[in-house]
Amino acid sequence: MSSAPRTATERTKLPYCHESFHNLQELRHSASLANKVFIQRDYTDGTVCKFQTKFPSELDSRIERTLFEDTVKTLNNYYAEAEKIGGQSYLEGCLACLTVYLIFLCIETRYEKVLKKISRYIQEQNEKVYAPRGLLITDPIERGMRVIEISVYEDRGSSASSSGSSTTSSSGR
Amino acid sequence: MSAVMITRKATRKWEKLPGKNTFCCDGRVMMARQKGVFYLTLFLIVGTCSLFFAFECPYLAVHLSPAIPVFAVLLFVFVIAMLLRTSFSDPGVLPRALPEEANFIEMEIEAANGNVMAGQRPPPRIRNVQINNQIVKLKYCYTCKIFRPPRASHCSICDNCVDRFDHHCPWVGNCVGKRNYRYFYLFTLSLSLLTIYIFAFNIVHVVLRSVDSGFVNTLKETPGTVLEVLVCFFTIWSVVGLTGFHTYLISLNQTTNEDIKGSWSGKNRVQNPYSHKNIFKNCCEVLCGPTFPSVLDRRGVMLEDSSSPTPSDVSAASTHKGSNPVSQTTKSSAPLIPNEHTPDEAKPSIGAGTQKSTSSPKEEKPPSPTSPNAVAPAVIKESTH
Repeated sequence: MSSAPRTATERTKLPYCHESFHNLQELRHSASLANKVFIQRDYTDGTVCKFQTKFPSELDSRIERTLFEDTVKTLNNYYAEAEKIGGQSYLEGCLACLTVYLIFLCIETRYEKVLKKISRYIQEQNEKVYAPRGLLITDPIERGMRVIEISVYEDRGSSASSSGSSTTSSSGR
Repeated sequence: MSAVMITRKATRKWEKLPGKNTFCCDGRVMMARQKGVFYLTLFLIVGTCSLFFAFECPYLAVHLSPAIPVFAVLLFVFVIAMLLRTSFSDPGVLPRALPEEANFIEMEIEAANGNVMAGQRPPPRIRNVQINNQIVKLKYCYTCKIFRPPRASHCSICDNCVDRFDHHCPWVGNCVGKRNYRYFYLFTLSLSLLTIYIFAFNIVHVVLRSVDSGFVNTLKETPGTVLEVLVCFFTIWSVVGLTGFHTYLISLNQTTNEDIKGSWSGKNRVQNPYSHKNIFKNCCEVLCGPTFPSVLDRRGVMLEDSSSPTPSDVSAASTHKGSNPVSQTTKSSAPLIPNEHTPDEAKPSIGAGTQKSTSSPKEEKPPSPTSPNAVAPAVIKESTH
């Protein structure tokens, strides 16, 4: 397999990058699910939420390593920010305790705010980076924060020859 | 394929969740199935406090200070709030793996195990991770089809894997895990204070009144006092002891489950990799750490779109999410005597080992581990290392 193309125009000529996948709607309507890849948690720093940045081989021909790693690292940073134990979390905890935790009926916890940011980020990444490549990231919160699920799509219109899914190498296409 | 318009009442996700929890208020409240002891707890607290407010408070407010009942009310409200918060919230249940994820993990396991000869038992499903320079083993949960995160454990009573599982408490009618541990601790702490407070002022009240009217007359005038003293006396021993035990655990950043199993004690075992080695930091992390959200999404609406398998932004579009893995679950472990999971023993080949954690039937000070359940209902090949 040749090295990953660098420019945007070159990327659209990747074997499985179908130009019809311009947005998520088209992805869902004209593509069929071929495979799912699961990015597991990285527990080396303890129980904080962090995902492995190891690039899965199934995505080898679908997306550049750097883009993928950027996404995962940004997600990890968001989660680290949510779980940071510092001044703000102490303040939130003490204030909540004093109000018998009724204050959470009115305001959002810091974690929930960061989760919303994460959800917007994933949506944006899906629209800009992953859907054009026939991929879709599922928010980890929908999988119990255990895995990042990446769905790999194949164009429904294409013939059975492409049903070999992304696990095969892209040579000879 | 467009989404089907739902004309009848939408199904919420809690209705399809596996596990043995009961849900109330359309998914807002989540508890274990057996709630009898919880009602008893509530009754004892409310009953004793009512007697206190009825018999002692009028006298003490007049003869000593009106601040006494006021403080009692505040304490009572705090205790009830913490109890309800502990009992009704999601302890940190980990949702079960969807079929694709379960298959993915199975394929990884098979790839790692290589070829197993016919007739040989496959090796135990364990993943080693290094946390803070200690090797921690992650076990595979056959019910939930996941490798449990560190500190998570499967509760046999609720049939769920719970993150940072502490224990299943029948007194609050729920598991105690990552999300509700601090409320549980505050509940025991405030209950200790309340009990001591009521007990002390009962004594004061009896003494003061006896000076005027005599001891026997006092008891005749306020018969509730006797009952209160009795309840408080027995409660103090258990609850204060429990609070002390949990304070010790918090200062070491351990869970009851780990303490019972002896995960971090003994010279040959690893040291606790989660402890900050500083009592203050450990306490701060447990009590003042971030408030984790529930990952269960109990009140999310289930889409009725069952034909297309494509994932949508709202998770679990199809109802297969709630399907119970019928073949391998062990639902028959006795509710109050769950299996003691000892990591060092190799379970016999009849598959007596189930993946459940300990749940102490009483929350007394370090409860002695219950004997391993000899009943081995399902053939589960999990062998502990």
